[in-house]
Amino acid sequence: MDETSNVSRPVRGLAWAIICFLLLPIAIVFPVALTDKRYLSLPEEHLSLQHFANLFSSAEWLSSIGQSFVIACAATALTVTVGTFCAIGCWRIGSKLADFVRVLMLVPIIVPTIVYALGIYRLWVDLRLLDSYAGLIIAHAVTGIPYVVIIVSTALAHFDARLEQAARNLGANLWQRLWLVILPGILPAVVSSAIFAFIHSWDELVLALFLASRTVFTLPRRIWDGINEHLDPTMAAVAVLLIFVTAGLLVFDLWLRSRRAA
Amino acid sequence: MPAMPRPARSIWGETGIYWMLVMPALFMLLGFYIFPLVRVLWISVMEPTPGLGNYALLFTSASIHQVVLTTLRICLLTTGITLLLGYAVAYVMAQAGPRTQRWMMLGILLPLWISVLVRAFAWVALLRRQGVINNALVGMGVIEDPLPLIWNELGIVIGMVHYMLPFAVLPLLTGMRGIDRRCLAAARGLGASRTQSFLGVFLPLSLPGVVGAGILVFIFSLGFLVTPAILGGGRTLMIAEYISVQILDVVQWGVGTMLATTLIVFIFALLALLSRVVDLRRLFGAV
Repeated sequence: MDETSNVSRPVRGLAWAIICFLLLPIAIVFPVALTDKRYLSLPEEHLSLQHFANLFSSAEWLSSIGQSFVIACAATALTVTVGTFCAIGCWRIGSKLADFVRVLMLVPIIVPTIVYALGIYRLWVDLRLLDSYAGLIIAHAVTGIPYVVIIVSTALAHFDARLEQAARNLGANLWQRLWLVILPGILPAVVSSAIFAFIHSWDELVLALFLASRTVFTLPRRIWDGINEHLDPTMAAVAVLLIFVTAGLLVFDLWLRSRRAA
Repeated sequence: MPAMPRPARSIWGETGIYWMLVMPALFMLLGFYIFPLVRVLWISVMEPTPGLGNYALLFTSASIHQVVLTTLRICLLTTGITLLLGYAVAYVMAQAGPRTQRWMMLGILLPLWISVLVRAFAWVALLRRQGVINNALVGMGVIEDPLPLIWNELGIVIGMVHYMLPFAVLPLLTGMRGIDRRCLAAARGLGASRTQSFLGVFLPLSLPGVVGAGILVFIFSLGFLVTPAILGGGRTLMIAEYISVQILDVVQWGVGTMLATTLIVFIFALLALLSRVVDLRRLFGAV
C-alpha cells in the first residue's frame, strides 16, 4: 500500500507519542498502588498489596462500591428501557417532529452537568428526594439517555425496516413486532448502550456531589473526598479497580461488536 | 391472501402507537431535565430579590470578572493545544491501515471512558511537589527544587488537554474520512510535495472538522468541574467550581444560578454558530 507515503515518519511518531501521553499517565496508578510506602510514591524496596488489602477491608469503601453498583444498575435499566423505546419510536415515525425529539434527547450532553445539578438539587429539595437512592438513580438515568438514543439510533439506521413491515403484514401487533423482530435485530447495540450507561452512572461525580450526602455516598464521591483530604495509596488501589472495571466493560463491548460484524 | 384485521389500537393511527414508545423518555426528559433547568433560569432572576440584580454582578463584581477571564483563558489555551495534538493523531489515523487504526482507536477510547477522577488522580500523583516527575528530575540532578506543575493553571491545562483529546480526535477523524483520497493523489501526481499537498489540499478540506472539534472541546471545557477543581487545588477557580462554591459553601443561589444561566446561554450561542459550519447531529454521532 502507498497509504503510508502521505504521512512522514516524524508525524507518525508524533501521533503515537500523543497516544502515549493519553495512556501513560493512567498507567502510573498501577505501580503507585503497589508501593510499599504509606504515602503516594513509586515502590522502593518491594511490591506490596497492603493498599488493596486496606481497600477491601474498609467498610466505607466497600459500602460505596456497593451503593454505586446498585445505583448504576438501576439507572442503566431505566435509561436503556426508555431510551431504546424512544429511539425505536422516533425511527418509525420519521417525521420532523420525531427528529426534533431525538435532538432534544442530546441536550444532557451539551448542558454542563454543574448547571443541571443546581436545577435537580432544587427539585429534589421540593420532592424530598435529596440524599436518596431514587433521586440519584433518576438523575443518572436522565443524563444517560443521550448515550442510549445515539447508539440505538445508529443501529436502527442499519436495520432493514421491511422486516418490521413484513411482520406487520403477517398480523404481528406492536409488542410482537418489538419483541420478536426489532429488539432481537438491534440487541447488540442495546447491550452496548447499557455498558455505556452503566459506566456513565458508575463514574458520575458532579450530581453525586450535590444530591448525595449521608445515606448515599457513591464511590466517585468517596474518591473525591479522598483526593481532597488525604492522598494515600489506597486511592491508587481504587483507581486500579476502576480501570479494570471500565477496561473489562470496553473489551466486552468490542467483543460484542466483532461478533456483530462477523 | 387477505390482509389480517388491524389490531384495535391502530384507531390512533400507526404513528400514534409509536409516539407512545417515545413518551416515557420524553416525559422523563421534560420533567426531570428541562423543567429543573428552566427553574435555574427562574431562580436567577427571583433570588434573593426579583429583578436583574444578579446579572448586574457580571459587570460590577471583580471576583466574577476574574473567574470569567481565567475560565476563558484556560479554555482557549486548552482548545488550541487539544486541536493541534488531536489533528496530528486524526491525520495519521485517517491515512493508516485498518489494523493500525484499530490500535490507535483503542488508545483514544480507553482514556475516554476511564473515570475522570482516576485521570485527575493520576495527574496529581505525577505532577505534585513530591510527585513522580519532580522526584525523578530532582533524583537525576536536573533541577534543585521541585517545579510547580500543579495547583496552578499549568496543571489544569495539562489535565484538561488530556481529558479533551479524545473529544477532538473523534470528530476530526470523521471529517478527515470524508475527504476524497483522490484529491491528494491528484495533487501528488501533479508534482506537489507532501507538504504542499497537505497545506494546499488536505488542510483546507479538513477545516470544517477543525472548527467543529474546536467548538465542541471549548464547550465541554467551559463547564468542566472535576479536573480543574482537583488540579487547580482551589487556588485557580474556573466558573464551574465557582458556581459549586456559591451553592454548596456560601449558599448564594442567586449568583450561582445567574452564572449557570450565563454559561448555558453562551454555550447555546456557540452551538448556533457551530451549526452554520458543520452538521451538529453528525458531530454528536446521531444519525
